[in-house]
Amino acid sequence: MKRYHRRSVLKGLLNGAAVGVALPVLDLFLDDNGKAFAATGQRIPVRFGTWIWGCGHIPERWIPTTTGTGYALPADLEPIAPYRDRIALFSGFDVKLDGVPNKPHITGCLGLRTGIPVPNDRVQAPTFDVLISDAIGRDTRFRSLEVSTSGIQRSYSFRAAGSPNPSEVSPLALYQRIFGAGFQDPNAATFTPDPDTMVHKSVLSAVADERRRLMREVGADDRRRLDEYFTSIRQLENQLALQLEPPAPVENFTMPAQPPELELDSEMDNVLVTHKLMAELLAKALQCNQTHVINVLLSDTTSNLRRRGSTTTHHTLTHEEPVNPALGYQEQVGWFATQSMLAWRDFLDALDAIPEGDGTLLDNCLILAHSDCSIAKSHAVEGIPAMVAGNAGGRIRTGFHMAGGADPISRLGLTVQQAMGLPVERWGTNSMETNRSITELLA
Amino acid sequence: MINASQHNAPCRPFVRVLACVATLLFTSIPQASGTAQAVAEEVQAGGPPLVRRLTEHQYRTTIEDIFGADIAVVGRFERALRSDGLLAVGTSEAGLSAFAIEQYNISARSIAAEVLSASRRDGFLPCKVEDARTFNTACAREFVADYGLRLFRRPLSDAEEAVYVSLAENAHATLGDFYRGLEFALTGLLVAPDFLLRVEHAVPDSARPGRHRLDDYSSATRLSYFLTGAAPDTELLAAAGAGRLREAAELEKQVDRLMASPRFESTVRDFFADMLHFDLFADLAKDAVIYPAFNSDVAADAREQTLRTVTHHLLDNNGDYRDLFTTRAAPLTRSLGMVYQLPVAARHGWAMSEFPASSGRAGIQSQVSFLALHSHPGRSSPTLRGRAIREIFLCQHVPDPPADVDFTGINDTANPDRPTARDRLEIHRTQPICAACHTLMDPIGLTLENFDGLGIYRTRENNMPIDVSGALDGREFNAATGLGQALHDHPQTTACLVDKLYRYGVGRNVASAEQDYLQQLNEVFSASGYQLPALVRHLATSPGFYAVTPNTQNLEITAAHTAPGDDS
Repeated sequence: MKRYHRRSVLKGLLNGAAVGVALPVLDLFLDDNGKAFAATGQRIPVRFGTWIWGCGHIPERWIPTTTGTGYALPADLEPIAPYRDRIALFSGFDVKLDGVPNKPHITGCLGLRTGIPVPNDRVQAPTFDVLISDAIGRDTRFRSLEVSTSGIQRSYSFRAAGSPNPSEVSPLALYQRIFGAGFQDPNAATFTPDPDTMVHKSVLSAVADERRRLMREVGADDRRRLDEYFTSIRQLENQLALQLEPPAPVENFTMPAQPPELELDSEMDNVLVTHKLMAELLAKALQCNQTHVINVLLSDTTSNLRRRGSTTTHHTLTHEEPVNPALGYQEQVGWFATQSMLAWRDFLDALDAIPEGDGTLLDNCLILAHSDCSIAKSHAVEGIPAMVAGNAGGRIRTGFHMAGGADPISRLGLTVQQAMGLPVERWGTNSMETNRSITELLA
Repeated sequence: MINASQHNAPCRPFVRVLACVATLLFTSIPQASGTAQAVAEEVQAGGPPLVRRLTEHQYRTTIEDIFGADIAVVGRFERALRSDGLLAVGTSEAGLSAFAIEQYNISARSIAAEVLSASRRDGFLPCKVEDARTFNTACAREFVADYGLRLFRRPLSDAEEAVYVSLAENAHATLGDFYRGLEFALTGLLVAPDFLLRVEHAVPDSARPGRHRLDDYSSATRLSYFLTGAAPDTELLAAAGAGRLREAAELEKQVDRLMASPRFESTVRDFFADMLHFDLFADLAKDAVIYPAFNSDVAADAREQTLRTVTHHLLDNNGDYRDLFTTRAAPLTRSLGMVYQLPVAARHGWAMSEFPASSGRAGIQSQVSFLALHSHPGRSSPTLRGRAIREIFLCQHVPDPPADVDFTGINDTANPDRPTARDRLEIHRTQPICAACHTLMDPIGLTLENFDGLGIYRTRENNMPIDVSGALDGREFNAATGLGQALHDHPQTTACLVDKLYRYGVGRNVASAEQDYLQQLNEVFSASGYQLPALVRHLATSPGFYAVTPNTQNLEITAAHTAPGDDS
């Protein structure tokens, strides 16, 4: 499809003149069924997200006893009952280690996200969210947004080893970053391009022109790092370019309220509050296309969640709590597992609360939720629980449970990339290498 | 017996076995032999020239140095990358994410706007502006050259100068104001890779045919950040520009000058904050019910207390580094007094006091910063503390626990059969797979059990007396004070400091060809009576500090991603 440059409409409008701009609904935006269009005439983009919770699951309380559609929800999944038909549930997919030492809570998570298990956090390939953001995030203000809701500054979105996309931990800071300076109300009646912004953008262009000289001065590893620098500069230029255009109108958008300053820690009750606020801000950011890719870390993979007054964290409990003989599982660990799924429902609620087109924002998202291990006590990376929510604008099917049968979990990573439109046929290395898409997921 | 191939293969199984089975192996730390002079000629090996990202501390200090303390840095800094125990090493590996650039840009815009604001610009301009509506090319060129030199730590090339002057000119053309033109030129300098990244350059060393050294400006930059945390000042840049840093007398003069500046102390603080993993304070949380005395003031003061102890002892008193583990010096605030249960005379701010013998404390390993950081949110952890002692102070790497291990029994603090941590950790001693590593950690950490997860003194846990006997590498002792003495006397304590200080200065791990040089530094440190300033001065004035081996592809770096002490 030909790209439509609204910028050209605006040529000559700079130097401070206020202009009201009504953009025409162009035919090139219409497709066959018309469903993918908002009332404003804008094409509704498909967004991508990941949602991580730490320390896996208790299999008997999480894995449905049947596969396919119509399965009965096990106890720990009851919170997401309202979304059962809008979620695809995956059990029994493995990170294949091929002899790589299993760094507890890290190897599984990054193996799932890069297709290459590593014995530490030095990834050998970008995480798939970065690959996806490179494909669909270039024309948005933020290529991606990362948050961590348990007070800990950690991220599992990596462009390369040593280059994580850092997480916001404070809802207020997240709000200010998205909706503070530089945010344009998409439904504002008038639009005033700021001449400062145009000048600023030219400054960044000049800086970016230094690329060739610098690349000659450094070795291969540092070229990779400089490359990331210049990619980031381009992203910033793009932010400014967007500010020089009137924003595309967004139906039903209202500004979110500024969140209060909160106690940011790992106490479960506080985490649920922080998470809900951040989920709502991210949903708004997705709605008005500030970004198309988000990454949420509910709890660190070595889950730091805890209960007020308890000497022990969720992670420590997974190792040390005895199984309650009456229940047949670790009772306190079970509590955190259930709370994590409650948070997951809060997250889906936030996306589903925003009407978009003839459905909701959730319908136009593909959110992959996953953990870092299956049974945290033994750090098992076999059978890491995962879920796909949303319908990616009709590109994927949900409402079923699929048992992986020890297939590599890279099949899931491959399939979500394909669903997001990436031209990738094969992904992962060694036993994780696969070209087997999960066709059940693809519409 | 731990089986390395089970959970450590194929990644350096040899290293892990050494770390867990044999308690004491110091082969990576050179032993004293020969005289410093004898090896001096052979030790200038160096590592590759690096591209180092400015740390938050360096960014802030540089801006303050060039523009003054009242110019705010408003952008945020993400968590820095720690590599092989040091953030300083992470600077040569860290990337620059979209977030990082976004935040640097926010800072750049605000710094430039403040510098060129009507109330401040006269102090920064090299010339008198008659009419801001006309573009003053000569003035813009001088401004760009001056601040380009300071920010890039080298003179701008003609082409670069032209780029930034034309940025100013174009901005002036659009905005109609000369100052605003300069503001945007300065914005450009502040987001340029040449400012945010320290790109080191190698040149052939005429004094040593066939070998290389850093070029003069790269040398000045390495030196200045090592001693002051800031970019080279104009005097150092002038000396570099004249090639005079290659003269021993001039180099010594500059080193003495920089070490006499107040910035030296803040850099020593930065080094210890790095070495002591104080970035962990960003994530520090304690349970409010279990530790009601904990709050963010206590956390900030605990951090500051240790840094004050360090500078008071090492700089003010020119003390022996080893005595940091036995000193009773206690800088205190009122809020710390609550935790230490000590009276503090000063109502506000700091008072220098002393830990009484009854406090059970001596040395920085018995201060709240160490005790609280290496504990769980709701309880102490002899294992975490023992591991931190090894890694932070002895440069020994302890491997992660095996992936499949049963810890059941450690948690149950209410179990009447296991009232104290020592009882609960018995499993570490009795199960061979645990014992191999835990004998390296628990016997150290258990000697700190007189301090709870926040660091408050106690003698009983669950009403049972706490046994604080323990051992470090064959030496048995009691309590935190015994541990302090053991660290004081441990042969690896001072070598570890030398190793970390060197890596802090050069931003990378020690290259295999540099072992002799490290040995020389150890000898110098020893001869000085373990005075940190003497070691710093020797390092900064020695040619080895500026040597580089430019082949970045094939350079052998030992333990590229492991802690020192691993590569034996």
